[in-house]
Amino acid sequence: MSQTATMTGSAPATSGNAATDPRGPRPKPFFTPKKIMIYTTLIFFALYFLFPLYVMVVTSLKTMPEIRFGNIFALPSAPSFDAWVKAWTSACTGLTCNGLSPGFWNSVKITIPSTIVSIFIAAVNGYALVNWRFKGSEIFFAVLIFGSFIPYQVMLYPLVMLTRGMGIFGSLQAVIVIHTIFGMPILTLLFRNYFASLPQELFKAARVDGAGFWRIFFEIMLPMSLPIFVVALILQITGIWNDFLFGVVFAGPQNYPMTVQLNNIVNSAQGTPEYNVNMAATVLTGLVPLIIYFVSGKLFVRGVAAGAVKG
Amino acid sequence: MQPSVSIKDLSLNFGNVKVLERLNLDIAQGEFIVLLGPSGCGKSTLLNCIAGLLDVSDGQIFINGKNVTWEEPKDRGIGMVFQSYALYPQMTVERNLSFGLRVSGMAKDEIARRVARAAEILQIQPLLGRKPANLSGGQRQRVAIGRALVRDVDVFLFDEPLSNLDAKLRSDLRVEIKRLHARLKNTMIYVTHDQIEALTLADRIAIMKNGVIQQLADPHTIYNKPVNLYVAGFIGSPSMNFINGSLDGATFTADDGTKIPVGAYDFAAQRGAATKAVLGVRPEHILLGDAAQGMPFQTQAEIEIVEPMGSETLAWTKVAGIPVTFRCSSDIPLHAGDKVTVGFDIARGSLFDAQSESRL
Ligand SMILES: Nc1ncnc2c1ncn2[C@@H]1O[C@H](COP(=O)(O)OP(=O)(O)O)[C@@H](O)[C@H]1O
Ligand SMILES: [Mg+2]
Repeated sequence: MSQTATMTGSAPATSGNAATDPRGPRPKPFFTPKKIMIYTTLIFFALYFLFPLYVMVVTSLKTMPEIRFGNIFALPSAPSFDAWVKAWTSACTGLTCNGLSPGFWNSVKITIPSTIVSIFIAAVNGYALVNWRFKGSEIFFAVLIFGSFIPYQVMLYPLVMLTRGMGIFGSLQAVIVIHTIFGMPILTLLFRNYFASLPQELFKAARVDGAGFWRIFFEIMLPMSLPIFVVALILQITGIWNDFLFGVVFAGPQNYPMTVQLNNIVNSAQGTPEYNVNMAATVLTGLVPLIIYFVSGKLFVRGVAAGAVKG
Repeated sequence: MQPSVSIKDLSLNFGNVKVLERLNLDIAQGEFIVLLGPSGCGKSTLLNCIAGLLDVSDGQIFINGKNVTWEEPKDRGIGMVFQSYALYPQMTVERNLSFGLRVSGMAKDEIARRVARAAEILQIQPLLGRKPANLSGGQRQRVAIGRALVRDVDVFLFDEPLSNLDAKLRSDLRVEIKRLHARLKNTMIYVTHDQIEALTLADRIAIMKNGVIQQLADPHTIYNKPVNLYVAGFIGSPSMNFINGSLDGATFTADDGTKIPVGAYDFAAQRGAATKAVLGVRPEHILLGDAAQGMPFQTQAEIEIVEPMGSETLAWTKVAGIPVTFRCSSDIPLHAGDKVTVGFDIARGSLFDAQSESRL
């Protein structure tokens, strides 16, 4: 009896001071070397990447004389959006002087169908590769992955021949087809890995329930794949929006995407370079991917992590 | 009567790995058959073949006399319950239950009727509006069973349905599955690695090892007359005690020289010359003290370890120089170091050929 009493009763004072005796969660000082390292690095890189953006934005709000004689880091003395308006509506992109807006709409017309078509095909591919193993599916996948290692430049000429043969060279359709093809390897890999991480038994249960290829795809798999769709969406929108090479080669001058027109503004040989307009045009062109990242950053990271779980 | 499920010379390879080889199995109408074996022995593979989820490499599968070897899963008249429940996460319980019926294009009121009946049988009416994420493990498994139930199939396939549940729920649901079988009288094929589930549920147990059925018999026969050393060691917890020795006429001589008379043993076949053999005795067939007095074989032994289990006591000792467990009532006071008389009746034991490992 006395034995149990000492075991369950109030603790005997083994060391004197109750106030300093360790108890509860261990205190975590804020300024540990590790934390200082992490935050220093983070702040450094944040500044490193934000600085050019800062310079671009302030420069775009200045007048040309101010740019020529002032400090590039200084804030504009009288901020003005004239350069932005000019970049959008009347800057010269080669022969025409309609600003970036036609390029913007071209980019929209290229990006939306390319993104939708490539993601849809890749999702179906990934799903078929995981769940409906067909004869040669492993080889198909290997070829697809190998394809992603071939440099674009090597394929450029054959693709020009191909699109010319199809009679779509120099049109929006051509760029859309090219983007869809080149998005395939990475997107298929992404979807394959994601679908492989879903429990196989779900697919089997749906088979037993009598659902077929498309029914399982649309009713079972798609509703579970939102994260990976967000990832694919971001990858494709930013990738296609930022594309220059395919746009300049395949679209034809009247369909040049925004990036090509931006290049034409910035590199135009006539007159003195208008830095404020160039900066405004550059920020405008980068705005779409930037907004996408801001809106969906968290979802993106989550989706990438989900897709990377299994190979 | 025509067998409910009949498997003929079934082989299945993954590449050049042979998982099942020329497997034969006939299952009667309404029979509850359990496929029991260690993990990786091909139980799920066999079940998937029956369900039509895997293409067989060779052989045939008949369900109700119809050759379904090339049929789609949905056309085989089977329902399947998976270990991971495999509920469609974005659908409510009701839609999970009705999915298969909706796919088949059944009329709405008939779907509603069947869902209601399944929900009533499984007592899941209050859960119909919930998503699987908001259910407990036991409730999920009930829904998974319900999904097989609504389809009104002849054959139920269960792939370790209770393995993801905790011990208490497992025994509750086990009884419920038994009750379900008594009520529906469907053929059920149940895969598990848990011998208690197998012994409690099965009409017949098929013990599998490396894709081969070792013994197919009712639980009593499996337990008392295992056909080989593997089955004898696999079934029973704590497992059967094995004593190595040799058999000559009516005497078994253990490796340490202890002689055990086996005249009362029911040999499967006429015996020839002396052979190396293994004597197996279940822990509960070793008797103690006065009870041991009447036994054909008795010996003195010293208790080494005592494990009280509540209703009974497990004790460790040595017989013929070999560590042996036995089981006795917890009313008998036993302590480590006690000297006791133990004995057993060879008629209740098993003898195996040491070479072929099969029952003598
Ligand atoms: N898709 C597969 N590809 C290759 N081997 C497999 C595949 N599925 C199962 N196996 C192998 O087949 C054997 C039997 O597996 P399984 O039937 O799942 O065993 P159990 O259900 O009895 O635990 C295992 O050795 C396993 O590694
Ligand atoms: Mg299994």
